[in-house]
Amino acid sequence: MKRAAIRPSIPERSEDPRVEVSLTVNGQPVKRTVSVRMLLSDFLRHELGLTGTHVGCEHGVCGCCTVHIDGKAGRSCLTLAVQANGCNIRTIEDVAAENGALHPVQQAFKECHALQCGFCTPGMVMNVLSRFEEREPLDLSENGIRDLLSGNLCRCTGYINIIAAVRRAAELLGRA
Amino acid sequence: MKPPLFRYEAPRTLRDAVAVLASDSDAMVLAGGQSLVPAMNFRVATPSLLVDIQHVEGLKGIAIEGDTIVIKAMTRHRELELHPEVRRVNPLIAETMQHVAHVPIRNRGTVVGSLCHADPSAEMPLLFVLLDGTLVATGLAGTRQIPAADFFQSFLTTARRQDEIVVEARLPVLPAGAGFAFDEVTRRHGDFALVGIGCVLSLDGSGRAQNVRLAACGISDRPVRLKAAETALTGTLLAASDLAAAAHASADAVTQTDDMNTSMSYRRRVLSGLLQRLVRIAAGRARAGNRQ
Repeated sequence: MKRAAIRPSIPERSEDPRVEVSLTVNGQPVKRTVSVRMLLSDFLRHELGLTGTHVGCEHGVCGCCTVHIDGKAGRSCLTLAVQANGCNIRTIEDVAAENGALHPVQQAFKECHALQCGFCTPGMVMNVLSRFEEREPLDLSENGIRDLLSGNLCRCTGYINIIAAVRRAAELLGRA
Repeated sequence: MKPPLFRYEAPRTLRDAVAVLASDSDAMVLAGGQSLVPAMNFRVATPSLLVDIQHVEGLKGIAIEGDTIVIKAMTRHRELELHPEVRRVNPLIAETMQHVAHVPIRNRGTVVGSLCHADPSAEMPLLFVLLDGTLVATGLAGTRQIPAADFFQSFLTTARRQDEIVVEARLPVLPAGAGFAFDEVTRRHGDFALVGIGCVLSLDGSGRAQNVRLAACGISDRPVRLKAAETALTGTLLAASDLAAAAHASADAVTQTDDMNTSMSYRRRVLSGLLQRLVRIAAGRARAGNRQ
């Protein structure tokens, strides 16, 4: 009996139209030539090796891929890399100090045990951080914090400790 | 979960953008991408060409011109939501926008993009139908104004022609002393509405309802004015029986049949309950406004 050969059907070379993008990532200028359909999340992870940005659902529901785009939280899976051309991107890798000291939001997550597997944490931190940096009034009631976190899914914690961490972060940042 | 292949253009002028859009019948306009990119990741949308309008000159910002709020095509939801002057002249906008997805989505998604996407459960199309907003579209044949009532034609279908770019959307300020309210019922906060209702009304000196406007999303293939309920409430003192009569009159407006989210009969019950609650809230605010 003749067996079918097992071989990948992936073409050797991509036929995708390519485009040059230059942007600033975590304060460093970056220039790459990428497929027009490359998502910003894949650009950060595969082109730049910044794997702290996690990819969960790839349709904007889970919030794991949240980064800052020109200073505001946004979904890197709902942004094409080419759309970020000229933008200033900040990822979780840029949040702690260079000496490793945690940012108050990260410190609060640690103190409150606001993570278990940690997959959702980078997105959570980037979202919460953006709201503290926005300078708009923040509703730090339980309902307000739940609303703030409603775009980020966590499958481990049940959210109770994440809510506590947001409250703790507000204390550490003098916003409570 | 990756978008299919497409060509990409990022024109700098409106003229170029219209020309490139007109050159391909399967081209789509990319603004914030918060509806289009997920649709492409799901491969529900497969445009052959994306025309990214973020670098097109003259499509940014919000202006208040007399009684009109002008929202340019690249204005993000969050910009409009937080605009202090818009909050003052039309507080219904910010109240409604609390229900549009989540902040990180509102940071990127544009108001005009949401209108052009025309999801029948979405909040912003409802707001434009409720307040008789206008869309301004530029195409090969020039620029035209389209009333919101004519713009939304069916599920994800609008009066925008293939070669047209909606360059701005206009909403009126609220009349002085008007009461307003928006709320919706969703499975989870930030989801599209099962039913959402917006209400604007005024009260005359004797407390009778005037200029009643009601619109709903999630109940049909497009956002709809609840005209039977508006007529039923106009001139009444908004007693419980008047509200019940208005709710009863609006039941036929629900044409969305049972779907994976919920049933038609549940949508009717939610519409009835929401309508009565929101008219009460709007009336309370109108009374507070009249006292000032």
